[in-house]
Amino acid sequence: MAEAVSNDLMETPLAGLHRELGARMVPFAGYSMPVQYPTGIIAEHNQVRDSAGLFDVSHMGQACLVGPDHETTARALEALTPGDFVNLGRGRERYTLLLTEDGGIIDDMMVTRPVSVDDDGRLMLVVNAARKDVDYADFRARLPASVTLEPMEDRALLALQGPAAAKVLARHVADFGEPGFMTVRSASFDDVSCDIYRSGYTGEDGFELSMAADDAEAIARALLAEPEVGPIGLGARDSLRLEAGLCLYGHDIDTTTTPAEADLGFAIAKRRREEGGFPGAERILRELADGPPRKRIGLMLDGRAPAREGAHIKTRDGRHIGDVTSGGFAPTVGAPIAMGYVNAEFAEDGTGLAIEVRGKDLPATVTAMPFVPHRYFRKRKP
Amino acid sequence: MSTRYSRDHEWIRLEGDTAVVGITTYAQEQLGDVVYVELPEVGKTLAKGAEAAVVESVKAASEVFAPVGGEVVEVNAALGDEPATVNQSPEDAGWFLKLKLSDKSELDGLMDADAYKAFVDTL
Repeated sequence: MAEAVSNDLMETPLAGLHRELGARMVPFAGYSMPVQYPTGIIAEHNQVRDSAGLFDVSHMGQACLVGPDHETTARALEALTPGDFVNLGRGRERYTLLLTEDGGIIDDMMVTRPVSVDDDGRLMLVVNAARKDVDYADFRARLPASVTLEPMEDRALLALQGPAAAKVLARHVADFGEPGFMTVRSASFDDVSCDIYRSGYTGEDGFELSMAADDAEAIARALLAEPEVGPIGLGARDSLRLEAGLCLYGHDIDTTTTPAEADLGFAIAKRRREEGGFPGAERILRELADGPPRKRIGLMLDGRAPAREGAHIKTRDGRHIGDVTSGGFAPTVGAPIAMGYVNAEFAEDGTGLAIEVRGKDLPATVTAMPFVPHRYFRKRKP
Repeated sequence: MSTRYSRDHEWIRLEGDTAVVGITTYAQEQLGDVVYVELPEVGKTLAKGAEAAVVESVKAASEVFAPVGGEVVEVNAALGDEPATVNQSPEDAGWFLKLKLSDKSELDGLMDADAYKAFVDTL
């Protein structure tokens, strides 16, 4: 899927298309990626919230865990993560965390059980681009001999996100129907086969499409030809996920943060809470029960000045109690927002704090996330 | 006199004894959407090359330097509510500040429009 270019950056199969569209390309996780197109980040952000946007996320790692049967593969993954994969139905997708032995987060990822019974024993993974090498080495070191990790280097990944995404896809996929949130199906897009996941990283309804690298450009061009769809770069991807309260690995979560501290308790399945048996279980379950010593919080700033990663979070009387891990101007909110970690005693919604920006303490208030409500697809009750 | 330009992509235009300062079209294109501008206090004296303002785009914060030395006599308060003016009209309504110059000869070290255009073409 990726090929090295002269300056050591890899390119996705859509590199030529990005340049044709006038993208500004930047290095990201070893890839040359579009940070924005000529319309600019705010227009791209609004395009996704109001209609639909297409993201090239082919830099992300697609891989497959392969074992002799579903239970064996699922148990092997459960030994490294806090999810319930034994009971994951065919065609269902879950968010999970690869954990260190002391409960730190090696990576966050999506796990999907394929639709077909013929694929039992296989679990599909999508991992962060910057963590591919670390994750794959970690899996290979800790998986049992009966389960192997197979990277799928010849695949591309596109995300179509926004309220018009389903309507647009239905024009290209026969019998599209109403796929459920966090499900996958194998489909033909026009005449090209791909896997379509109903998930994303924007807080909006949307889809991720995995296809052979050679087929990516045809699908991307067909989607961009739809009047509802525009191309979206990494800049708007970041502002959209920040408004949605979603963590960016290496910024909001890393090996020094636990799932409880990161407020990712939803990723620890009920059965696993009862049974334990995942890395760092003792610490994580204790933190979930008693509260972690520090917590990831959302902050809204009073003025217009953005606070960025690394800025000090302080009490109103000037005591340094934590740091911003992501922050910036939120186009849909119309104000600067941030997330960061503070001692648990300051994590209550509504707590008045401050963030230091260029020597000034700017008033900020602890705010429940998401900053912009999620609009994921929910099936109507019959 | 006509507008002069710095290698840091500020423009400066002399109007009587004061000079209007802003950032160039090239600069705003590089920054992308401007979401906040931090302007200096009126009355502050800036040395040539000193940090005069901070402009924040969606992605990052960037300093704006005083292309020549002088005292800040006015700032463009309208940018507080409408920072996007810097993108829409960088060399007119999107001005940042007015300086009473300490030494007009400092302007001589700056580029004219043709030289600045040639400079940008090399970037």
